[in-house]
Amino acid sequence: MPAPLPLLSLGPFALVCAAAVTVLLGIAWQRMHTVSALVTIVGLLGALVLQLALQTPDSAETPLLVFDGLSHFAALMVLGSSLVVALLSHTYLRGYTGPREEFYLLLLCAAAGALILVASQHLASLFFGLELLSMPLYGMLAYRFQSSHSLEAGLKYLILSAAGSAFLLFGMALLYAQTGALDFTGLASEMGPWALAGTGLMLVGLGFKLSIVPFHLWTPDVYQGGPVPATMLLASISKLAVFVVLLRLVLEVPTFRDEALSALLAGLAILTMIVGNLLALRQSDLKRLLGYSSIAHFGYLLVALVIGSRFAVETAGVYLITYLVATLTAFGVVTLLSSPCRTEEASNLEHYRGLFWRRPWLAAALTVAMLSLAGIPFTAGFIGKFYILALAVDAQRWWLVAAVIAGSAIGLYYYLRVMVALFLREAADASRAGRGGHWLNDTIVLVLALLVIVLGVWPAPAVDWLAGLNY
Amino acid sequence: MILAGLILIPFLGGLLCWQGDRWGEAPRWIALATMVAVLVTALALWAGADFRLADPGAAAWLRELRLPWIPRFGIELHLALDGLSLVLIALTGFLGILAVLCSWKEVQEGIGFFHLNLLFVLGGVVGVFLAVDLFLFFVFWEMMLVPMYFLIALWGHSEPGGKTSTYAAVKFFIYTQASGLLMLAAILALVFAHQAETGELTFSYEALLATTLSNELALLLMLGFFIAFAVKLPVVPLHGWLPDAHAQAPTAGSVDLAGILLKTGAYGLLRFALPLFPEASAQFAPVAMGLGVFGIFYGALLACGQKDIKRLIAYTSISHMGFVLIGIYSGSTLALQGALVLMVAHGLSAAGLFVLSGQLYERLHTRDMTRMGGLWGRLGSLPGFSLGFAVAAVGMPGTANFVGEFMVLFGTFPAAPWIVVLASGGLILSAVYALTLMQKVYFGPAQKSSPLPGLDVREYSMMLGTFALVLLFGLYPQPLLDTTGAVMSNVQRLFEVPAVSSTFNLGGK
Repeated sequence: MPAPLPLLSLGPFALVCAAAVTVLLGIAWQRMHTVSALVTIVGLLGALVLQLALQTPDSAETPLLVFDGLSHFAALMVLGSSLVVALLSHTYLRGYTGPREEFYLLLLCAAAGALILVASQHLASLFFGLELLSMPLYGMLAYRFQSSHSLEAGLKYLILSAAGSAFLLFGMALLYAQTGALDFTGLASEMGPWALAGTGLMLVGLGFKLSIVPFHLWTPDVYQGGPVPATMLLASISKLAVFVVLLRLVLEVPTFRDEALSALLAGLAILTMIVGNLLALRQSDLKRLLGYSSIAHFGYLLVALVIGSRFAVETAGVYLITYLVATLTAFGVVTLLSSPCRTEEASNLEHYRGLFWRRPWLAAALTVAMLSLAGIPFTAGFIGKFYILALAVDAQRWWLVAAVIAGSAIGLYYYLRVMVALFLREAADASRAGRGGHWLNDTIVLVLALLVIVLGVWPAPAVDWLAGLNY
Repeated sequence: MILAGLILIPFLGGLLCWQGDRWGEAPRWIALATMVAVLVTALALWAGADFRLADPGAAAWLRELRLPWIPRFGIELHLALDGLSLVLIALTGFLGILAVLCSWKEVQEGIGFFHLNLLFVLGGVVGVFLAVDLFLFFVFWEMMLVPMYFLIALWGHSEPGGKTSTYAAVKFFIYTQASGLLMLAAILALVFAHQAETGELTFSYEALLATTLSNELALLLMLGFFIAFAVKLPVVPLHGWLPDAHAQAPTAGSVDLAGILLKTGAYGLLRFALPLFPEASAQFAPVAMGLGVFGIFYGALLACGQKDIKRLIAYTSISHMGFVLIGIYSGSTLALQGALVLMVAHGLSAAGLFVLSGQLYERLHTRDMTRMGGLWGRLGSLPGFSLGFAVAAVGMPGTANFVGEFMVLFGTFPAAPWIVVLASGGLILSAVYALTLMQKVYFGPAQKSSPLPGLDVREYSMMLGTFALVLLFGLYPQPLLDTTGAVMSNVQRLFEVPAVSSTFNLGGK
């Protein structure tokens, strides 16, 4: 029986790679910023359309990769987020004096890595995808290497990420020693002390990428130091892809569902929610604050991993969508206010004081993003939070419920702080007077903000779509 | 459709106000027209409805709107109107007009955005009063916090060197949001319990009413609901946000808070906490009434010691809500109706007092009562109205507050005589704080003798209209009682049935 065509399923990945090669060749031939950006955008858009068209009821498989509902969903999210980042990068880089085109190359490579990662069902493709995703990020974070902050962010991420990868590899080696297999289904065959140790080490490695609490120390500095588009990519596709692959591991490999490990994961989830929110309280830098906020959000998401049922996958899907849309909106506003690249990015909260009276639409978009991250009704974030609470209550994990409630209550404080700063009245400061960007950029952010509201007011289509995916 | 209209009018009006900012004063007129439209719609519904038809036992809606929303969870866009919600929506409409009018001079910055927030709060409140899908209810319940937060934080007063309005706003938000999430968890647990029992996943109020729960679970879930509503009411150990929020809020914010938002707590208890968990509520009733008595004394005593006039009024609200709480948990129709009359009466009289203190602030630029004094005769007819509203707060016969308090006490007596005896003691304290207020502000040595500007037409008609309603419901409360009679006797019946069945069980054993 002929297998369903995995080649076609690989189409989006191939398109992204082709775009990367085109950009690379373009750079070698002649540097043209806008053309590079255009190629990137067209490539990503094409991949997105192809991915949308691929939606088939039965899934395709190769030994290394699996194309099912989960990877379909995640690929769409990765491509969509990358597209937004690419669109906004163009504005951001316009004022940059160094080489600009390589940024798109790195972006495309990272997107390709994420696409592999979310579809991998083999430890080899997992590692390959993870490194292909992380390597370009080092470069992107350190892209403005004239600024010591950016350089620091890149190096910090490089070193700590390498350490994380080492843990991951060691864990894989232990798993291999126990089971003699590297594919997820093969891993499922045997349990034992070494397999458990290997699983724990893999969790450390992946937990580092997700900035789960004891491994979160890099997050604020890297978020703050990196150029906004790079941070945006880190906060969106990198976290999404790693989470999806971890979810797949938990679903398919029984050692990841071990009793003790599950209890440990629950403990980490509670710790991550509370600590992430507490640390965000006193931040005066928006990017740093968003970094801590993302830690907290992945704490909420861990609830889905702990419970690991079919409903948990749906919950994770819904939560990831809502988190992505809100995060992209927030970072989008920061990008638009920071561009063109100046010595200092507009990330200090002082920059946002009274923004509403200078750029009302952007301020409204940021408000919507903050409300969504805080989980207020009529925004996407509320639907996500509702799902998480429903999942935890349904599984009768009352400690997790309590932690989610406590975390949200603490988190409100800093989201509200950002929001109220936007609306404060202040004597107009000429140096920070609103400088109108290109209308297209504002439109992107506004569309995202609108999406946040639409998902919050009328979530039925998205929810039904996710519930109908096969995995 | 008219129900959806009631909610949508304020939201659309709010957006119009925001965009109307470029035409100077336009947002005020738009907001005023919006609230008048809400009030008129509510009154038209009131006039056209017949409340006696409701057959006992069944939840009978006057009007209903039911649309699918999130079928995945059985969540519906389900709005319904009965006597209770109608009265409270009409009150919302009236106090909304009052809130727009009283900020006519006070708010001069960001007029459009101010009215956007004001109307969004009111729209959210109307949504709370209409929603009978628990998810939808929760959505409105949480949603109205955001614009309220902005009202307090951006247009509030900051005490120099003291607490800022942002501090008060954040405190308000976190108290209510955290307790709200607790309620969401309780709602979800109830829904899943219902699903385990019947296999149907639904958030519909009517379906969930029939859920049978184990005793412990019911008590836990009831507490989840109770805490959320108790924070809003507020019940004393959970009242921490209220004095700050009131003192720091702009006048319109205080009017909304005291007049309407506190009532959403009482409404939630009447609509959800009691009917969904009748046995657990009956068990819990003595504790709740005890908290009510404590609140009466606590609020009144602290009110006596305040220097800030708005803080004083805020503490009196706590005291009055103690009576409402007792009435709600008394389990007699008379006391339940009394609680409703008291809610309306307090909404009007507290709003009146807050508006008056706002007018005093506009003239004297202080809310500190030690810096007032001797104002009688310097302010035209303002002191006269103050006396009227202060007397209403005491519960003088002839005002609606008297009717409410009397009915609560009278109706509760057969069930809990000692509670009534204690609560009546609280009435003495209310006389003390009301007279202190009058004495400190209007009598005593005058700081200056020059006359201050009296009430203009806008202010005069606001005060007159509000006071007329206080008197009207004090002298002729029958329309209120007719409207809510059926609803209240349904609630009361819920209380009674478990009592009967438990005696049956005892007999069986």
